[in-house]
Amino acid sequence: MFSTPTITHWLTLSALLFSIGLYGILTRRNAIGILLSIELMLNSAVLNIVIFNRFVASDDVDGQVLALFIIGVAAAEAVVALAIFVSFYRHRHTLDVTQANRICKEGSSTP
Amino acid sequence: MTGFLFENAWMIPALPLISVVLIWIFAIRSTTRIAGYIGSAAIGLAFLLTCALGVSYLSSAEEGAAAVTWSIEWLRYQDHLVVSLGTLIDPISLVLLFVVTSVSLLVHVYSIGYMADDKGFSRYFAYLSLFTFSMLGLVLAPNLVQMFVFWELVGVSSFLLIGFYYTLPEAIAASKKAFIVTRFADLFFLAGILCLGFYIHQFVVDQEFVIASGTIVQNTVDTQALDFATINSQPVLDALKDQRGLWGHNLLTIAVLLVFIGAAGKSAMFPLHIWLPDAMAGPTPVSALIHAATMVVAGVYLVARLFPAFAAAEDALPVVAAIGCFTCLFAAVIACTQTDIKRVLAFSTLSQIGYMMLALGVATAEHPAGFGASIFHLFTHAFFKALLFLGAGSVIHAVHSNEVTAMGGLRKKMPLTHATFLVATLAIAGLPPLAGFFSKDEILGAALDGEDYLIFGVGLFVAALTAFYMFRLYILTFLGDEKSAGATKAHESPSIMTIPLVVLGVMSVIGGWISVSQFVLPAVELHAHVTVMALSVLAAGLGIGAAFWFYGGETNRADSIAKSAGGLYRLVQNKFYIDEVYLLLTKGIFRFVAAPAAWFDRHVVDGAMNLSATVVRWFGAKFNAFQTGQVQTYGIWMVNGTILVLVFLWLVQQ
Repeated sequence: MFSTPTITHWLTLSALLFSIGLYGILTRRNAIGILLSIELMLNSAVLNIVIFNRFVASDDVDGQVLALFIIGVAAAEAVVALAIFVSFYRHRHTLDVTQANRICKEGSSTP
Repeated sequence: MTGFLFENAWMIPALPLISVVLIWIFAIRSTTRIAGYIGSAAIGLAFLLTCALGVSYLSSAEEGAAAVTWSIEWLRYQDHLVVSLGTLIDPISLVLLFVVTSVSLLVHVYSIGYMADDKGFSRYFAYLSLFTFSMLGLVLAPNLVQMFVFWELVGVSSFLLIGFYYTLPEAIAASKKAFIVTRFADLFFLAGILCLGFYIHQFVVDQEFVIASGTIVQNTVDTQALDFATINSQPVLDALKDQRGLWGHNLLTIAVLLVFIGAAGKSAMFPLHIWLPDAMAGPTPVSALIHAATMVVAGVYLVARLFPAFAAAEDALPVVAAIGCFTCLFAAVIACTQTDIKRVLAFSTLSQIGYMMLALGVATAEHPAGFGASIFHLFTHAFFKALLFLGAGSVIHAVHSNEVTAMGGLRKKMPLTHATFLVATLAIAGLPPLAGFFSKDEILGAALDGEDYLIFGVGLFVAALTAFYMFRLYILTFLGDEKSAGATKAHESPSIMTIPLVVLGVMSVIGGWISVSQFVLPAVELHAHVTVMALSVLAAGLGIGAAFWFYGGETNRADSIAKSAGGLYRLVQNKFYIDEVYLLLTKGIFRFVAAPAAWFDRHVVDGAMNLSATVVRWFGAKFNAFQTGQVQTYGIWMVNGTILVLVFLWLVQQ
């Protein structure tokens, strides 16, 4: 009953995912939420690449390989980010990113 | 002119420079007398080198030979504008070298005693050596630029030494006055240098010319337009002589007169003389060295250096003669009324330098006898005037006052000082066979030969005045009764101070027997003027007699004369109110030029600056609000910006 999705449908999906991620980054206060939003944006990008691979150059696998790479890098990036969050939490006992505008030692600077 | 000494003549100025550096690095905080010994040893060596140089010049070089014996490229502005640093050896630079090193050596030695109790002992010797270095560099300069640089350096060291007692307001004021007045004159000197350089380059160097050395110069890189050899060479002067410039005036005349203004400033000629009497605020040995024997004659030396140019320029030498003649008379009249021993000597110096300028002024290219006489008088004057100052220093050291009204009766208490002072007084008064007699006689003879009867008459009159005011000073200081407690308790100075006095005393006697003018002008036949000799001795005798008649007797005839002269006497005593005229002029300049300029600067220039600063600060405050430190705020701006750019690109593509 549904017709086969065209490239426009797929790209719209990707754009929606990207926008949701962007919105999340700009509005979330919790660092974990921001990390999730970043993952959303990354995935929308991966999706884009796969879409173009499928619809523009379906004989090649370059896009799919690139997508796999991005997934791998995203996993590594999530590890680094989480490590920073743990360290940050130990110092500030919070994950609120609005509290992260001071990188010098506590008390020795103006906000 | 070759040989080790000639090619290494640079060592003579270098030695005092080394002494400055050594004193400044090692001895400036020292409380010992080491700085004095370093300074004296360096100058002593320079003096010995000068003597050796003089001996080898006399034995090896031709009479009157001149050569740049050592030279390095110093400043290269363009290919045709190169200034070199070098040493020019010729008779007049040798005479000056001898005068500067010998007087400087004696003053250094004397100062070890004179300054012994001063806290600034080391600083004093550093400055004194700096001065000697600068003066020697000036004397040896082979081109106008080097001369100008050292000219300024002697000005600086003179400034430093006049203001040596920097806790005294009058010393500070005097040092500033000396510096500003001479700097003002130096501005004209610099303008003269630029004038000469420009026109020599324009009219001469660009064309083919045979320069004095005999080489053909063709638009050459090597010809240095400001070398004395170039300026004074006949083809260059011939080319420049008839060029008309500014308002139809003769270019060469304008250029040399500008240079002469500089010379007049340094040599304290009227009306730029006002700094010299005040310069006596410095230590007395400094007055002897800088403000009597060496620096103040730099102007005479400069005119003598450029003498061929002055002689070739239309109307230039008469101006020199007139200024010299007027200063000579003017200063001698003032000297008769002053009561500060150093001021009397300062005005006497002015008057004697006036003599030297006058002698240069009456000389011509054909009859340069006055030129030789001028250098001769410079030579003899250096010794007896340095002696007078050092003697005055010895007296001041003993009496602790500068005023002759506080002295008197020092003849018995300070026998050596008295004897040497008397010798110098007789020498400056021009009694035979002392030094001043011969040189003054030559100057008067040159004036008579040049048929400048007015100048001759004034010169003769000033000779009488000189004898009068010098004996007035001598009588008031050494004869009669002690007029103060200081004079009663006075005693002879230590031998380190009296030995230089004796040496200078000997030089003041025998200095006139050396025929300096024949050495300077070997080609000219000089002859003695018996009439002039008789007249000048008569004038000196009259002056001395008048001094004894006025001041020697029991009743003070001078005071009653001064009272009856009233206003005229006060006019002279106040130095013809020249200082007040200057004050009025500078106040006028301040009110009508400086004050509006200051207002403009404060309100318009500063206002514009402040306005731009205010605008920037306002924008800064506004933009500062964006800097929250919140990454998310920045992110919003970034996204908005990206969207704007995308919209813009999309619109452009439509």
